[in-house]
Amino acid sequence: MNIFAETIAWLTDPIHWRGSGGIPTRTFEHLQYSALVLLIAAVIAVPIGLFIGHTGRGRVVAVAVAGALRALPTLGLLVLFALLAGSGLMPPVWALVILTVPPLLAGTYAGISSVDAVVVDAARAMGMTELQILFRVELPNGLQVMFGGIRTAVLQVIATVSVVAYLPLGGLGRYLFDGLVLQDFPRMLGGSLLIAGLAIAVDLILAGVQRLVLSPGLTLDSSGRQKAADDLTATAPAGAAVQGGTP
Amino acid sequence: MEWFLANSGMVLGLAGQHLVLAIVPMVLGLLISIPLAQLARRNAALRSVVATATSLLYTIPSLALFIILPTILGTRILDPINVVVALTIYAVALLVRAAMDAFDSVDDDLRNAAVAMGFKPLPRFFQVDLPLSLPVMFAGLRVVSVSNISLVSVAALLGVGNLGVLFTDGLQRTFITEVVVGIIAILILALIMDAILVILERLLTPWTRVVGGKSQRQDGNALLTEPKSGPAVPHAGLHPDTGASA
Repeated sequence: MNIFAETIAWLTDPIHWRGSGGIPTRTFEHLQYSALVLLIAAVIAVPIGLFIGHTGRGRVVAVAVAGALRALPTLGLLVLFALLAGSGLMPPVWALVILTVPPLLAGTYAGISSVDAVVVDAARAMGMTELQILFRVELPNGLQVMFGGIRTAVLQVIATVSVVAYLPLGGLGRYLFDGLVLQDFPRMLGGSLLIAGLAIAVDLILAGVQRLVLSPGLTLDSSGRQKAADDLTATAPAGAAVQGGTP
Repeated sequence: MEWFLANSGMVLGLAGQHLVLAIVPMVLGLLISIPLAQLARRNAALRSVVATATSLLYTIPSLALFIILPTILGTRILDPINVVVALTIYAVALLVRAAMDAFDSVDDDLRNAAVAMGFKPLPRFFQVDLPLSLPVMFAGLRVVSVSNISLVSVAALLGVGNLGVLFTDGLQRTFITEVVVGIIAILILALIMDAILVILERLLTPWTRVVGGKSQRQDGNALLTEPKSGPAVPHAGLHPDTGASA
């Protein structure tokens, strides 16, 4: 009970809201690192994801690589890059980029390949070029699934940027490590609450963006597709049974 | 390599602690998720609550959770229990959804057939629903296993013993070999755990290996439409569930 009161006191103390070590500055640093990592990762992951999703080529390789990268320990990679490339902002950023590419890539290609093949064929039959199909048909229709991958990646980045403070750099993670060294528990708990709050706030904003960006037809479409898919699976075994009977 | 050989005892000890911290939450998470998923599937209101709560819990960064939990649980910050509870929370967040999908993947016809054969709800759940949901369930478990093994190392920042200690120690001593050994050891652990889960799945679901889901259904239809079909009869012997639905 006491610790909660102390934490609230720490969070509401005006001293902690000013200067280079203040909460607004640390939050801004945290968002800055996260945005930098996401930007670089998106530049790498999104084009590859679009290519794999559209052509279906290289899918097995991408899944295998993404799976292997996911098993890499965040902390180990951060420390390794810091030791190899020295202190500064960029080594940990590159380490985080390596960890962020897999979910972004998987989300992008899953979104593109989730689009109903009938819709894509219809667009092709209407004379659209492959690029038009990708950007006017597959991208808007696959956006809902893509947002799932994007939100996972963003959350992961905001969470792991807190570890960057260990190296040591800025960001909200500073409060955790400074608090640990100083045995200042309210500071650690306050920092943790700020990081969790930031993660939830950003996720809510993305959920709002998702609602704005998604085509309103998509929700209708997805329920319609659901039905179509059910019909397909209902009829498939019968057809398969007919085929299976002949040999 | 030399460093690893000289310190292999320490690395293996840390790997053991690492495994315990990764596996215990996975098992606890599974034990909590299965009944929760089963309840949520029956109750629409509970289903949306579970969906919101799990996605919200999953947004909390692990390092923050490792620090917040001691205040809630009244444990010391260095206590490994914090790590176990935090990772259990993540495991539940992932596995509840996987378990709901897994139970949804079981064909309703098979459930009805089991009821018609006189299965009571609880035996039916353990002998029909649960075994048939295993393929989807294992897919979820494999994700949890990989992410747990990677997340455990973060706890080393707070001084909880596991392979992540090699990273914090390596950074303090600017000793790259130690960090590389740590990364490789964690990758090997993740691979071994994944292999164990794959083998376990194969052992527990022998029917998926013989024929795919579709051909099972074919056999069922073949039995219905062609009563004296030759090849279908030995197949039916291999699949008790197909025989039941026929």
